[in-house]
Amino acid sequence: MDELKRTPLHDLHLALGAKMVPFAGYDMPVQYKLGVMKEHLHTRAAAGLFDVSHMGQVILRGDDPKAVALALETLVPVSVAGLAEGRQRYGLFTNEQGGIEDDLMIANRGDHLFLVVNAACKEADVARLRAGLEPKGVSVDYIEDRALLALQGPGAEAALAALNPAVAEMRFMDVATVELAGVEAWVSRSGYTGEDGYEISVPEGAAVALAEALLAQDTVEPIGLGARDSLRLEAGLCLYGHDIDTTTTPAAANLLWAIQKVRRADGDRAGGFPGADIILSEIASGAPSVRVGLKPEGRAPMREGIDLYERETGGEPVGRITSGGFGPTVGGPVAMGYVPAEQATPGMRLYGEVRGKRLPVEVVTLPHVKQSYKR
Amino acid sequence: MKFTEEHEWLRVEDDLVVVGITSHAAEQLGDVVFVELPEAGTTVSKDDEVVVIESVKAASDILAPVDGEIAEVNEALVDDPGKVNEDPEGDAWFFKLKIEDLSVLDELMDEAAYKKFVG
Repeated sequence: MDELKRTPLHDLHLALGAKMVPFAGYDMPVQYKLGVMKEHLHTRAAAGLFDVSHMGQVILRGDDPKAVALALETLVPVSVAGLAEGRQRYGLFTNEQGGIEDDLMIANRGDHLFLVVNAACKEADVARLRAGLEPKGVSVDYIEDRALLALQGPGAEAALAALNPAVAEMRFMDVATVELAGVEAWVSRSGYTGEDGYEISVPEGAAVALAEALLAQDTVEPIGLGARDSLRLEAGLCLYGHDIDTTTTPAAANLLWAIQKVRRADGDRAGGFPGADIILSEIASGAPSVRVGLKPEGRAPMREGIDLYERETGGEPVGRITSGGFGPTVGGPVAMGYVPAEQATPGMRLYGEVRGKRLPVEVVTLPHVKQSYKR
Repeated sequence: MKFTEEHEWLRVEDDLVVVGITSHAAEQLGDVVFVELPEAGTTVSKDDEVVVIESVKAASDILAPVDGEIAEVNEALVDDPGKVNEDPEGDAWFFKLKIEDLSVLDELMDEAAYKKFVG
């Protein structure tokens, strides 16, 4: 077995009493002393600091920034050329079958694009970017000497502004270069918890000082991957490899909001990305099976892999749960999964089979917990 | 108090065997969010899965530590599963068993042996 990789904050995690687990090839904190439930609630009430340094950071550059944006548009069904300087948006790498190879964040940082991709996909993503973009004169720089931290929750603004007041001026999905803890930080006002907050890229040597400066504040607690998962589940956000993968299309995944009009049929830059025929035709016709929110009616959590049935007895499964567990803020079980389009209406009742028993579950609108971004 | 390798504790109270999980087990499980109890009156055999317990992390079972009949269950845990983390070796017992011969408990670990077992 390959040795697990470590982020620049590894020693700090151990010093903070983290329970470490292997995740995407890294030794990562699943929880600290508070435990998953309290860490989750603390993030929604105050501020949580997450180490997301395992994620991939990539810079795309070329002589003409517009040409770089147009080149990236050949890999993602997203308007990159329409992304203003100092702004970020969510994107998807698609494949020829219309499936999703990864989801990512794309930031326009003036003379370059800055991408953040999933840890488990980053090698494949860098290879895909090199193959697709280098022949077009775009340089693909895989950044391995910077850490990535996320500070999330209603107290995030005050906590980060204590280090540099400039961050308070940023709005949701703004990106800026800001001095923090004496170094140049690439900050975006975003995250993956449904809360207001920031993601902060800093040189690896400065990561511990920044984390300690944040954790020194009463409102900030370190938060592990366990709570990160329940936070994003309540916020209705997809986890790659679970809720979306190479077989789920953007229409099926309920992610059509990520495809701007300009890339759709009749748009000025319609298509031109992998799987465009299938993806654009599904925008018109719909997908046969769709990702929805699911709320178990009882107290039993319904986890990933649980089959969904139309009736309490008999019949074949019609759908499946792709993420599920206990939502600490909801105070009960929450889930998401795929159901046939005709059953994808909020209020529809299905049955999840838990330990051989079919228990009722209701189709609900996502998110389970209202997002509180600062727009 | 007696202990099993499945991290259950057993204590005799009014000729019934009260069963719960150890502090060590509760800590390993993490925050408990769901408990499903058996019906009182059910006859169980050693190693039957009698209780389902789910934490924020995963589902697990509690096995019947010995043969017997479920005499009583702790319904309070169904409404407040978090009790299992707060007081695992006290208020948060799961069920009481009526068994024929209390001497079967003699084969189980005592506290010192259990402490050694969990290291």
